[in-house]
This record gives sequence, structure tokens and C-alpha cells, in this order.
Amino acid sequence: MTLFVLSILVFAASQLLPGDIGRNVLGPFASSHDVQALNHELGVDRPIYVQYGDWIWRLAHANLGMSLEYKVPVASLLGPSLINSLKLATVAFLLVVPLSIIGGVFAALRRGHLPDRVITLTGLSLTAVPEFISAIMLILIFGLLLNWLPVTAASPPESDVITQVKYLLLPGMALVMVLFGYIARMARAGTIEALDSDYTRTAYLKGLDTRTVISRHVLRNSLLPTIAVIATQMGYLIGGLVVIEKLFNYNGIGQRIYTAALNKDFTMLQSGVLVVGLVYLTATLIADVLYSLLNPRIRYAAAE
Amino acid sequence: MSTAVPAPPAVELSQASIARRETLGQLARSKTFITGAIIIAFWVFCAIFGTKIAPHDPLDQSFPQLLGLSRTYPFGTDQLGRDVFSRVLAGAHDILIIAPLATLLGIVGGTIIGLVTGYFRGVVDDVVSRVVDAVLALPLIVIAVTVLVGLGHSTLTVIVVIGLVFTPIVSRTVRAAVLAERQLDYVAASKLLGERAPYVMFVEILPNVMAPIVVEATVRLGYAIFAVAGLTFLGFGVQPPSPDWALQIADNYTLLNAGTYWWTVLFPALAIISLVVAVNLVADGLARVLSR
Repeated sequence: MTLFVLSILVFAASQLLPGDIGRNVLGPFASSHDVQALNHELGVDRPIYVQYGDWIWRLAHANLGMSLEYKVPVASLLGPSLINSLKLATVAFLLVVPLSIIGGVFAALRRGHLPDRVITLTGLSLTAVPEFISAIMLILIFGLLLNWLPVTAASPPESDVITQVKYLLLPGMALVMVLFGYIARMARAGTIEALDSDYTRTAYLKGLDTRTVISRHVLRNSLLPTIAVIATQMGYLIGGLVVIEKLFNYNGIGQRIYTAALNKDFTMLQSGVLVVGLVYLTATLIADVLYSLLNPRIRYAAAE
Repeated sequence: MSTAVPAPPAVELSQASIARRETLGQLARSKTFITGAIIIAFWVFCAIFGTKIAPHDPLDQSFPQLLGLSRTYPFGTDQLGRDVFSRVLAGAHDILIIAPLATLLGIVGGTIIGLVTGYFRGVVDDVVSRVVDAVLALPLIVIAVTVLVGLGHSTLTVIVVIGLVFTPIVSRTVRAAVLAERQLDYVAASKLLGERAPYVMFVEILPNVMAPIVVEATVRLGYAIFAVAGLTFLGFGVQPPSPDWALQIADNYTLLNAGTYWWTVLFPALAIISLVVAVNLVADGLARVLSR
């Protein structure tokens, strides 16, 4: 259902784009006959609902159409870009999830004390700072002042995994800085709720030591809402990619969408935006499944 | 006031005003709120008087290019020979107009939709919820770039796009508050009195859900600044030759690969950081006091 609305939104947004696509592609000096011919070839001279049906039909057959700019199938360009973006997102993800969960749980255990205030306020502030600013600061500190990391994201061709990761660290860290605050805040809130609950008190009164109580009883409950938040942040993560990939000049899906928008490459833009939405919905779906697997209350309810 | 209207409801009024005074007192004692408010006040002052207090004209390109820090140019000069210090002082102007207006649009639209969907439930509610889900599935920056390319980027379009994307998000917050509120006796009483739905929504319920709306507004303002800065960096927001901070960074960040000229981006970056952190401190302070 959401997917259907999403496809309509994407389609509607692309209809907003300046009317005469053929004119845009061929430039102002093309003859009006050629423009009409191209419009007819692209099918954009037909009624809107026919175009939408046709578009959905082709999507269902995994046909994303031809790029207006490069004259090659959109999929052949989007595919590699998507993989590049996923690499970058994975690096960011592997950094941010453990960091922010540890940070959030630690803050909750030291609630009201200095470590809590520091983690909460830092997270809050980092989250608020636009990603390109965080990235600029990281470049200034790690790239130029300390000279530890390369300041571009694209590693030399044929480089091994470690070198690739090294090149992705700076842009990955910029994304981490924005996401850290949300996830840490959620982990903190979840942990505090679990710490205050009756079952935690029971566990303590049973004579279990703190370590067991935290790992067996508190964490299992506190991390559930955190998983949900991580999934919703995937959408943001992809948006962040647009800016970060441009800043580091990295060939990912964000960069593709950006250049497609600049060049008025409508088919590319349409597909790129839809892919972004799809990735987000998939992430939410995975989170839902994980959530029910980890939460016995939902698991047993579904089994009955 | 009391001299003009010597009417009896003074008791009720004073109770409301005592509560309000208490809230203000708590805010005044909140360190996070005060710190944020002072920083914001500073940038608002700069946005209004920036060009007057700046030592040089922020648009003047007649100075030597890419000079380091010195007494005449405290933050150096950029690659077009403009004084970075003056540009940082004047750079708050555009973003402090665009971001609050976009927030206002989103808050007003979101409040109306949230009240209607939360109050009536039913089909309208379902449809709006689905649209909200779909909007949330797309990153703001992707939506904005797509629409801005289509409609052309003017300041007004930037405001409207961000405001429209905020509307469903705000409506979700307001709807949740209204759902809790409509269960209460005063709403039922008001309905029994025969009040019409718009009256119940806007006169009875609205004042009681103001706290979450105010908090949401400050949080949204932070996001609006975030979004405007990002769009400007990509070239779809504030246009040159404005001394806007994000624009300064977009103009000069390519020089960073050479490893020099850091001052052209560091100072505008610090300025943006101080502004967004300040907005979030205010939001945090408000949330703590109002949610009590």
C-alpha cells in the first residue's frame, strides 16, 4: 500500500518537471518536428494515466527505461552506483550501530551523571549539524591536520578491501555523526525504561549479579525500540548520501540522483528516487521481521 | 489590564498567568535554554545588522585573494578576495529568513491536518497516514532536489517545499496529541453543549495540545536549517553572491584537497554549527519544561 502511494508520489513529482521533455533533451535549436517525434517515441505525449500504467508495467518487469542523458539502460548505471552506496552505507552502519548502542546504554547506566550529560548533549549536537559540515570538520581534522586518512572517498581501482574501507572511513564517519544521536538516545531511553521495570528489580532480588541482569534482562528489552529507530534512520542515511557523495566526489546513488536532477535526466531521476524509497521500505521490513524474532510477545502471538 | 476590565474572571485568568509565569521561570533557570537563546539572539542581531557591524563589505571582491589570518582580515580572505570575517557576520541573513518561514508553514499545515485527522479519524485519517508513510520513505533532500529542479529554485520554492514535507510529519505529532485529548471529558462536554466540530478542535483542543506543537516547532526549525544548508551546499538553496555560510563552504571546499586555505570553510562551518546547536539547546530546554 505504501509502495503504491510512493510510486504515485514519485510519478507525480516527475510530472512536475518542465512540460516538454523532448525540447529539454534536444535543446532549444531542434526543430519542433524532431521534438514531437522524440516525445512520441518516449510516450510522453499520451494521457497521464496511460503513462503511469505503462511505467508501472515496465517496473514490474524490472525495466527502468533508458537514461535520457547517457542513452543506455538506467539499470546499468544505477546498479554499480547502488553497490557503491551500499558499501559506504555498510561502513557507516557497522560504525554507528555498536558505537551508539554502547554509548546509549552506558549513558543510561550512569543516568544523571557526567557521562550521561556528555553523551546526550554531544549526540544531540552532532545530530543537528548538517552532514556536510561534519564532513568538512572531519576532513580538516583527520585529513589535513593529522594527515591520517585520505580526503576522497573513491579508492584507486583494483585496491583491496582494507584500502577501500580506509577511503570510506571519513565519509562514513560523517554519516555516523548525524545518526549517532538518534540511536544513542533511543538506546538510552529503552535501557532506562528496562532498568526501572519490575522484572529488573525481580532479577536483582533473585540475587543475580549486575552483569547478568544487564545482559540477560535489561539489554534484550531495551534494544527492541532501538532496532525500530535504526530502520527509520535508513531513509535519512540515503538522503545523507546525496550530500556526502557530492562532497567526497563518490560515484553512488546519491551522486546519480544529483547529477540526474542537474541534467534533467528524468528517467534516471524517477528510477533513482524509486530505488531509494524501495531500499527504505525493505529496511523497515527487515526491521519488522527482526523485531518480531527478538520479541517473544509478538513471536508467540503470531504463532497462535 | 485590570483597570480597564474590572470583571470577576480575574481569578481564573490569574491562575493561567501564574502557570505561564512558572513556565517562564523554569525556562529562565534552564541553562541549556538560556545558552541556546543567547546564541540565537546573537545571530539574529547579526542577520539584521551584520552588514553594518562588519569591518568590510561582505560582497567586496577587491581584497587580495586567499590571504591568511591577519589583523585586517581576522578570518582571512576567500578565493574571490572577499573578507571571510565580514561574510560570516552577514551570513546568517538568508537562512534565518528561509528556515523559520518553512517551519511556520509546516507547523500551521501540520496542525490543521493533525487536528482534523485526530478528531474525525476514519477514512481521512487512513489516507493521510498512508501519504505520511510514503513521504517519510523518501529523504527530504531527495524530494527537495527533485521538486526544485522541476519548478526552478527560487527562495519561495525552497520555503514551500520544506514546509510541505514538514506538514505530514508535524501532523503525525499533533494527531497523536489530539487522540489522547479527545478522550477527555471536556471534549465530550463541549460536544454535548452542541458546539460545532471546528469550534471544538480549534478553541477547545488546540490550546491543550500547544505544548507538543511548540516543542515540535523548535525541533523542526533545527531540521529546516539542516535542510536549507544542505540544499544550498548542493546549489539548490540560497544563490550567490549571498554571503550565506553553506554557500561559502560550497564555494571554497574544493580548495581543501590542496591542504591549505582551511579558513575559508572552517569559520562558516563553525557558524552553522553554533546556530543549529543553539536551536537544539532551546528545543531541548523547552521539551524538558513543557513536558513536565
